[in-house]
Amino acid sequence: MPALPDRLDISSEAYRTNRAAQEVLLAAHEELLAEVRAGGGEKYVARHRQRGKLLARERVEALVDPDSPLLELSPLAAWGTSFPLGASLVTAIGVIENTECVIIANEPTVRGGATNPYTMRKTLRAMEIARHNRLPLVNLVESGGADLPTQSEIFIPGGQSFHDITELSGMGVPTVAVVFGNSTAGGAYVPGMSDYIVMIEGRSKVFLGGPPLVKMATGEESDDESLGGAQMHARVSGLADYLAIDELDALRLGRQVVRRLNHRRLGPAPRGSARPPLYDPDQLLGVASADQRIPFDPRDVLARVVDASEFDEFKPLYGPSLVTGFAEIHGYPVGILANHHGVLFNEEAEKGAQFIQLANQSDTPLIFLQNTTGFMVGKDYEQRGIVKDGAKMINAVTNSTVPHITVHLAASYGAGNYGMCGRAFGPRFLFAWPNATTAVMGPQQLAGVLSIVARESAASLGKPFDEAGDEAMRRAVEAQIDRESEALFMTGKLYDDGIIDPRDTRTVLAMALSAVHHAPVSGQRGWGVFRM
Amino acid sequence: MTSHLQPIARVLIANRGEIALRIIRTARALGVTTVIVHSDADTHHPATRAADLAVRLEGNSPSETYLRVDAIIEAARRTGADAIHPGYGFLSERADAAQAIIDAGLIWIGPPPSAIAAMGSKIASKQRMRAAGVPVLPDAVLDGVDLDDPQAVRGAAATVGVPLLVKASAGGGGRGMRRVQHLDEVVDAVSGARREASNAFGDGTVFLERYVTQSRHVEIQIMADRHGNVVSLHERDCSVQRRHQKIIEEAPSPAVDDGLRRRMGEAAVAAAKAVDYVGAGTVEFLLDGDGAFAFLEMNTRLQVEHPVTEAVTGVDLVALQFAVAEGRTLPPELHTPALNGHAIEARLYAEDPANGYRPSTGTLVTCQFPDLPGLRVDAGVQTGTVVSSFYDPMLAKVIAHGPDRLSAIRLLRRALADTVVLGVTTNRAQLLQVLDHPTFLKGEATTAFLEHYDCVGDHQHDDDMPWALAAVALADQADTRRGATTLAGLPSGWRNHASEPQQRRYRLLDGDLEHVVQYRLDRSGRLVHLGVDGVALAGAELLDVQPHHVRGRVDGITMSWTVSRAGDLRQVHGSGRYPVVVRALPRLPEPSSIAAAGSLAAPMPGLVVRIVVTPGDRVVAGQTVVVLEAMKMEHDIHSPHGGTVTEVLVTAGTQVDSGQVLAVVEPDAGDAS
Repeated sequence: MPALPDRLDISSEAYRTNRAAQEVLLAAHEELLAEVRAGGGEKYVARHRQRGKLLARERVEALVDPDSPLLELSPLAAWGTSFPLGASLVTAIGVIENTECVIIANEPTVRGGATNPYTMRKTLRAMEIARHNRLPLVNLVESGGADLPTQSEIFIPGGQSFHDITELSGMGVPTVAVVFGNSTAGGAYVPGMSDYIVMIEGRSKVFLGGPPLVKMATGEESDDESLGGAQMHARVSGLADYLAIDELDALRLGRQVVRRLNHRRLGPAPRGSARPPLYDPDQLLGVASADQRIPFDPRDVLARVVDASEFDEFKPLYGPSLVTGFAEIHGYPVGILANHHGVLFNEEAEKGAQFIQLANQSDTPLIFLQNTTGFMVGKDYEQRGIVKDGAKMINAVTNSTVPHITVHLAASYGAGNYGMCGRAFGPRFLFAWPNATTAVMGPQQLAGVLSIVARESAASLGKPFDEAGDEAMRRAVEAQIDRESEALFMTGKLYDDGIIDPRDTRTVLAMALSAVHHAPVSGQRGWGVFRM
Repeated sequence: MTSHLQPIARVLIANRGEIALRIIRTARALGVTTVIVHSDADTHHPATRAADLAVRLEGNSPSETYLRVDAIIEAARRTGADAIHPGYGFLSERADAAQAIIDAGLIWIGPPPSAIAAMGSKIASKQRMRAAGVPVLPDAVLDGVDLDDPQAVRGAAATVGVPLLVKASAGGGGRGMRRVQHLDEVVDAVSGARREASNAFGDGTVFLERYVTQSRHVEIQIMADRHGNVVSLHERDCSVQRRHQKIIEEAPSPAVDDGLRRRMGEAAVAAAKAVDYVGAGTVEFLLDGDGAFAFLEMNTRLQVEHPVTEAVTGVDLVALQFAVAEGRTLPPELHTPALNGHAIEARLYAEDPANGYRPSTGTLVTCQFPDLPGLRVDAGVQTGTVVSSFYDPMLAKVIAHGPDRLSAIRLLRRALADTVVLGVTTNRAQLLQVLDHPTFLKGEATTAFLEHYDCVGDHQHDDDMPWALAAVALADQADTRRGATTLAGLPSGWRNHASEPQQRRYRLLDGDLEHVVQYRLDRSGRLVHLGVDGVALAGAELLDVQPHHVRGRVDGITMSWTVSRAGDLRQVHGSGRYPVVVRALPRLPEPSSIAAAGSLAAPMPGLVVRIVVTPGDRVVAGQTVVVLEAMKMEHDIHSPHGGTVTEVLVTAGTQVDSGQVLAVVEPDAGDAS
């Protein structure tokens, strides 16, 4: 197989500029991650440690296999909101006893691990990943329950978390709960719905109603231990399957449980070995253009992501603004769709639709590398049926049943986002580079459209047009859209599964691919492939 | 003379371990077939497997097995052996055994019973030597002394003066021996020595002898035939001893010149002749700084340290033993034995010098000795051998021979460092520290050497120790990744959001210190964080990390480490001066492996000899609570803290396993350390 050539000129001004811009974004990203790691702040962390407790990430680290890779999901959830950065929760895909699992860990130093609307979204997304990919779910529970001021946003959707845990179990996806502290009232059902429950002597507290509530309800005098202590649950109620003496022992038991799950992947194993790319992935920092208006060749990304830099391009001469082809990543065969010049013309839309159908024919997972400004507009394109062609691609991507993984490399505007399997199209995983921007259209275009509409409206009403006011409106709208298109904004809203360092693209895709292969991989059948 | 020859066709070896293998080797070379007797514990021992035939002696304790003269004679009869070689220890210095064997019509490969008896009692032999004009030390026998009367014992001691040694009249090897610095210690020392001697040799007789500080232990190897020829095969210097147990022996002695060698040789020959000695024997002397020497005792057998003599003289002492036993005359050239270069032997023991020489038992999961020119290894063990508490804890003798003393020391040093022993704690680090010590290097070590410089634990504070630990952790990391079956091709410890570094904990096997290594590798395998016990090791760059090999550059200097691994045990050897053996500790330990506070656990398998306390007793920190006997030595189990004895879980006579809780001492409030 021919390897992609190295066309990236790392001595060029453009490369240096791009890289410098990406490094600034990464540094800012790292600062935010440091803020997440600080948890609830020095005072709460110190108090937590004084109680002999581990932080959420320490628990996760002790749970997973030594030296195994760990992919944390949406670490910057709730960015730009009034809720704590990270949403008081750690979710991750990690390896426990050589078994890939979805891990959910409450961050008890952040407002007692209370669940706010973003905690809920992050939880539900992690469970969705467990469900779609048939990954065992391990919950490290210590939560004060719902953040009461926001209960109206939590109560109704929150029921889904209990629903989903038991649904997982019904699907044969094991669920394990290790209870480190409070898990009371509604929270009691998180362990309650799990297949296996580990509790810690003197620490775990699982009950529907605490002593004050019981006193109010029935007048009965009680205490924490008799209502929900670990000893009681291990010896009397039977809710606890394993009684641990401390946190490390609980994690040991959690690992022991996973070791015996005998959980098997239902999808195929990698076809080949993980042959590294020929070119240094470090150079990925300089690929994406600092100025989004300048397109870049996605083959320069693929050359640093796919096995041995080998990419078999499909239809290279047709619809060249969308690059399609087959490759392997860590031995997993994949079909790749990557935008080149941003715009999806009629040919690109048809090529995309055909390629998606082909991948379904061969049960090949699809990787979407987005850098699109949308489907082409204009008289020619409309008359040639860009709506019909775009609809074909969106139809194909919607009804495709092979796993999809999407990475936002740069721009993601308009229906291009949909055709290239944006969030609403249910990719198994969606990650973004720090420079990615996502919106219905570019900020300048959006402001310009509003301006034109206002100008026309004024003209039709015969009113004078306020040029100064229009200028101010355009600046304000541009600034707002700029902010709301940023990768951080999107990740804060949980519209992706996290911002990734471009240099980690290959590794992140490998972990995602390994995860998706836990479920059967099979394409849509029943149609012949439509030749477009 | 030919008419007196009694040819040996099949020899029974009434011994075990390295000496049995040593004898088998020569017997093979001579065309003599071999029979070995073995205890149950030694069924799969290398020596048992090496012999042509093996006869089981039911049981494990020496008194049930290797000390049973009747069973051994019966074994010889059943297998058609015509001779018995006793090795060292066990029956080798038992005149009654020798006599019984001779009476059974077998050839005893050793001195005549009369010579053994004459030298076997240290008390009697000293009197004889004194009469023969051989210089001896002042002493006191306790024959007429009422041992239950402390005053009388103290009185006898006073006539000798302190410091003095309480010595078993029988046996050797430091057993049944106690040193007394003050007269009021003598009563306990006598009773302890008697008990130990009685267990080890079946004879509890002890005597008192003046202890000479700052002297050397120099011994002469002699060989005598039945025809009146007695030769000296030069001296061995065995001054480096721990608790009267030799650990390093060399020939020639750095303190002996030709004249002294001749005088000591003549005294040794005179001593042998005084008892009509036949066969291989060793006359031990104390040598002071002025060249004056005094007779200590004569060992009427082959010595553990005989290989250094073989190295410098080119003689096979075991072959000579066979020849003499067959009635041959010593070869004429033996009257002017060679003295080529220098040889030095180190005894590798399964014991922990940093913990009071506590014996260590277990399975040798890995045991590899290097093969180097000039090196001889007499090992009684190999990978897979179980080191039990029934017998002597010596694993092997490593012997280096070179043109001069320094070359021999260097070769021995390298050989010990390159040896891989996993499964038991060894004294290797101590041996290396002795070999590196300036006093030893100058040839000035006396028998007090290890009291002045214990040579324990230096390596634990070595500057290279953190690097060695880091190398183990990184090699373990590589090994873990190699063994991973899930996401194995991904970068080791990869994180998209790095929070905690990877962490591995290790415990040094000699000294019990725990260490934590933290590290983080980046997406390309570059080391971005390395710390040991919370101290960052900066400036390290990894060049190659494999499960058994780590190469890295620190401040521009490239170093490499070799890591051996078996189960949770690791030996790392690299840039540091000493190999380090550690146990990898579980990240998430089983709670059952953690004993309750205040529990005193048996540090090794053994027999409870005495319980010193009863529940309710108050004890102070360091006070003896239980006395264990293991490997024929008594070990006091002390309370690590002051407190109250709440439970005693064993009784005298109980056989306990390593780690078994013996008693519980509830610490005083505020003394919970």
